[in-house]
Amino acid sequence: MLADSIAFVLLVIGLIFNALGVIGLLRFPDVYTRLHASTKATTFGSIFLCLGVVVYAIAHYFWTSDSQYLMVIVHTIIAVFALAVTNAAGSHAISRAAYKSGQIPEPAVVDKLAEAGL
Amino acid sequence: MIEMFMVAALITVIIGFGAMIRLILGPTNPDRVVAVDTINTLTVAVLILLSVLYEQFIFIDVAIVYALLSFVSTLYIAKHIGGEL
Amino acid sequence: MIPFIVSAFVAFLFYLVLVIGSGSVLFWSWEEIIAGVIIGLATGVICRKVFCKNENYRMLNPVRLVSFLFYICGPFLVELTKANLDVAYRIITGRIRPGIIRLRSGMKSDLALTMLAHSITLTPGTLSVNVDEKSHDLFIHVIHLDEGDEKKEAFEAEEIFTFMNLPAWIRRIAE
Repeated sequence: MLADSIAFVLLVIGLIFNALGVIGLLRFPDVYTRLHASTKATTFGSIFLCLGVVVYAIAHYFWTSDSQYLMVIVHTIIAVFALAVTNAAGSHAISRAAYKSGQIPEPAVVDKLAEAGL
Repeated sequence: MIEMFMVAALITVIIGFGAMIRLILGPTNPDRVVAVDTINTLTVAVLILLSVLYEQFIFIDVAIVYALLSFVSTLYIAKHIGGEL
Repeated sequence: MIPFIVSAFVAFLFYLVLVIGSGSVLFWSWEEIIAGVIIGLATGVICRKVFCKNENYRMLNPVRLVSFLFYICGPFLVELTKANLDVAYRIITGRIRPGIIRLRSGMKSDLALTMLAHSITLTPGTLSVNVDEKSHDLFIHVIHLDEGDEKKEAFEAEEIFTFMNLPAWIRRIAE
C-alpha cells in the first residue's frame, strides 16, 4: 500500500507539470518562450509519470517475483532516457530553424545572435 | 488501485487536446511544430501508462520506437522550416 | 579490428539489457544469449565504420561511465528540479523578460559541447539556439534576464547554473 501511495503522488506531480507545460504553450507570446514551457515542463512531467510506473512495477516485482516486471522497469528507464535526449535535441533543432526562418524573439531585451550575424 | 493509471492516462489525453488548440491556432509554422512535439511526448507517456493498466508490456517497446521516430520527424520538419532541405 | 570488437561488444550488452528477465541464467535464458552473440557479431561487421568513426575510445573508460551515471542522478537532477519550479513560476505569474545572449563554453571536444548544449536546454531557464563553430560559443535564449545583464558582452558557462557546477562535471566526464 505504501508503494501505491508513492505512485499516486508521483502521478499527481507529473500531471501537474504536464498541465503547466500546455498552459505555458497556450499562454506565452512567441515561439522561443513556448519552447521553454513545452520542452522543460513536459519532459519533467513525463519523467514523473514514468517514475510512478517504475515504483508500481518494483512493488509488484517484490510481491510476485515475476520477471516480467523487471523488464517493465528497465524498458521504462530506457524510454525515459530516449525521451529526455530526443526532446533536448529536437527543441534545439526547432529553435535554430525558427531563427533561420526569420522569427525574431518578439519581446526581447537583447539579441546577441543578430549582432553576431550568424 | 490500478484505476489511478486509467485516470492519469485520461487526464493526459485531455491535456494533449489542450496542446491541439495551439496546433490549430498557431500563427506561424514553428509554433505548430512545437505543439506537435508536445503531443508526441504526451503520447509516449500515455502508452507507458496504458501498458501497465492493460498488462500488455509490449506497449513500452512501442513507446520507445515512437519516441525515436517522432524525433526523426521533428528533425526533418525543422530542417524544412530552416530552409536546409 | 578494434572497432569491430568494440561495436560488437556494445551491441551485445545493449541486447542483453533489452531482453532482461527472460530466463533463469542470472536474468537471461540461453536462447537469448546465443541470439545476442549472433546479433552482436552482425552489428559489429555492418556498423564498425559508423560507430567508431574517429577512432576515439575515451568514453569506454568505466570511470567515465560511472561518473556519467552519477552526473545524471545527482547534480543534473537537482538543477532539473530547480529549473522546472522556476519555469512553473513564470508560467503562472507571466513575469518574463527574454533575450538571446552569448555564452563562452570553453569546451574543446564536440561531445562535451553536445552534452553542455543538452544540459543547458533541459536545465536553468535557458534554451540553446545556435552555435558558433569556430570559437565554440553558444547562443542561448534566456526566459528571464536580470536587470543590467543585457549590457554584458558574454557570459561564462559557470554563471548561469545556480547550485551545481555542471560545466566542471562535463569537463571531467567528456574531456
